[in-house]
Amino acid sequence: MERRFSPVLFAALSLGIAVLYVPILVLIAYSFNASPLVSVWGGFSTHWYVELMHNRQILQAALLSLEVAVASSTAAVVLGTLTSIALVRFARFPGRLLLTGMVNAPLVMPEIITGITQLLLFVSMLQMFSWPHRGFTTIVIAHIAFCTAYVTVTVQSRLQSADRSLEEAAMDLGSSPAQAFVEVTLPIIAPALISSWLLSFTLSLDDLVISSFVSGPGASTLPMVIYSKVKLGVSPDVNALASLIICLVGTCVMAAGYFMRRAERRRVLDMQIAERG
Amino acid sequence: MRLLERPGRWLIILPPLLFLTVFFLIPFAFAFKISLAETAPRVPPFTDIFSRTADGHLQLSVSPANFKYLLTDEVYGVAYLYSLQTAFFSTLICLALGYPMAYAISRASKTTQSILLLIIILPFWTSFLLRVYALEGIIRDGGILNTVLLRLGLISQPLKIMRTSVAVYLGIIYSYLPFMVLPLFATLEKLDNTLLEAAADLGSPPWRAFLDVTVPQSIPGVIAGSMLVFIPAVGEFVIPSLLGGPDNLMIGRVLWDEFFGNHDWPVASAVAIAFLLLLAGPIAIYQYYNVRQQEA
Repeated sequence: MERRFSPVLFAALSLGIAVLYVPILVLIAYSFNASPLVSVWGGFSTHWYVELMHNRQILQAALLSLEVAVASSTAAVVLGTLTSIALVRFARFPGRLLLTGMVNAPLVMPEIITGITQLLLFVSMLQMFSWPHRGFTTIVIAHIAFCTAYVTVTVQSRLQSADRSLEEAAMDLGSSPAQAFVEVTLPIIAPALISSWLLSFTLSLDDLVISSFVSGPGASTLPMVIYSKVKLGVSPDVNALASLIICLVGTCVMAAGYFMRRAERRRVLDMQIAERG
Repeated sequence: MRLLERPGRWLIILPPLLFLTVFFLIPFAFAFKISLAETAPRVPPFTDIFSRTADGHLQLSVSPANFKYLLTDEVYGVAYLYSLQTAFFSTLICLALGYPMAYAISRASKTTQSILLLIIILPFWTSFLLRVYALEGIIRDGGILNTVLLRLGLISQPLKIMRTSVAVYLGIIYSYLPFMVLPLFATLEKLDNTLLEAAADLGSPPWRAFLDVTVPQSIPGVIAGSMLVFIPAVGEFVIPSLLGGPDNLMIGRVLWDEFFGNHDWPVASAVAIAFLLLLAGPIAIYQYYNVRQQEA
């Protein structure tokens, strides 16, 4: 393929990337500002980070958000993997179209609609079955629903490229189909499972709109607390908190990318060995 | 199907199918039901649609009053139109910015490509709320942008960007640009280069080959990217709420205020249902292209 990189393309790309990153870098820089006035630079300080560690409301919200994120991303990886196996391996089954629709729709559905409809379901369920009470449980259920969509998309593409002949070889050697899948294909798609867990984790950690609808009194996630603070304007302790979250999420995403790339390299290497052998 | 026996299949299919049906699909039915109810001063704050009469008959009481209200009160029509307009123009701007970016990435070498993609994806996963907040730090009256422009002497008064439509546009473009770039890249990467070579052999200048070969082949990416920006942007709440002013009433904000401010759940449900009907077309287009791409 011809690799030409015209100056125009280079400029467009650089500008786009600058637009994406400058605001975040400025925010991180200002989180180390000693001055409580957000527009004046008063020297370097970690004062706002220390302040955060003493803010009970924020610590509690952070803990709730982490618990929700771990629970919902774990469940979403299980459901999303099952969905992608169903969609990739079973060409026809009743409900296939419905399932495809339900994993694609959350990717574009405005969160505000998903949030309000799910809340109305939970409220009606509570009336009928006295379960679930709004709070941790309802937030986790709502997060599982949209994370499952993202997991399915990620795992599905990996599963499509996984080599079926290895599984067939295992079955010829006497494995049951389920055993062949678990022992042969599961290790191949494992990196996609890890990276989709990490991505679900960050999505859940971030969600404001859906959580605000389905949460109940007393259960405020971190984004809910941040939103109510940000509504009052730019403040230095939110800068510090935002910087911490951005670093945490950034690390997760880079780890996800790393796992995907390492798996890809291994796969290519295996194929080369197989071809030589 | 050799891989798994027939009954075993359902162990795989049923859990996600049931979960998503109960917690994603059925909620829409409840929203529709409650949009036909009336508000009532109780918990939950709406009337029952089904009730038992004294002699044990099931009574159905529905009223289209909430939908009529949406048509009579001007604020909803204005908000719907403003949301559609904002989302439409933001999508166009994202396309204009994202296409050259995606094209540049697709032309880069494989190693550079994966690094550039990671750079684009990273903010995509970084907290949406925090990115909007970070943008506020740039464009507010005493923010970096105004400080720099004032120092350079390019302006004598700070630019008033916050709480205007410009801020809402900037917010949407800034937040949704990666959603445009990624699907565009996915189609541009798969571009059949032999066609470009054939065009060149037949004497097409590069710009002609670009228009006749590259652009038509990237249409699925253009549609997928545009839908991924347009549909969520119409329902955007965080951006108009934090960056927009009182005039920038988008439908997401109206819905939020109806729900959290006025506690009028039936009207909020009616807004959501009407909104969903409005989006049914674009969502169907997106699903159609998505399924076609997955099957390909």
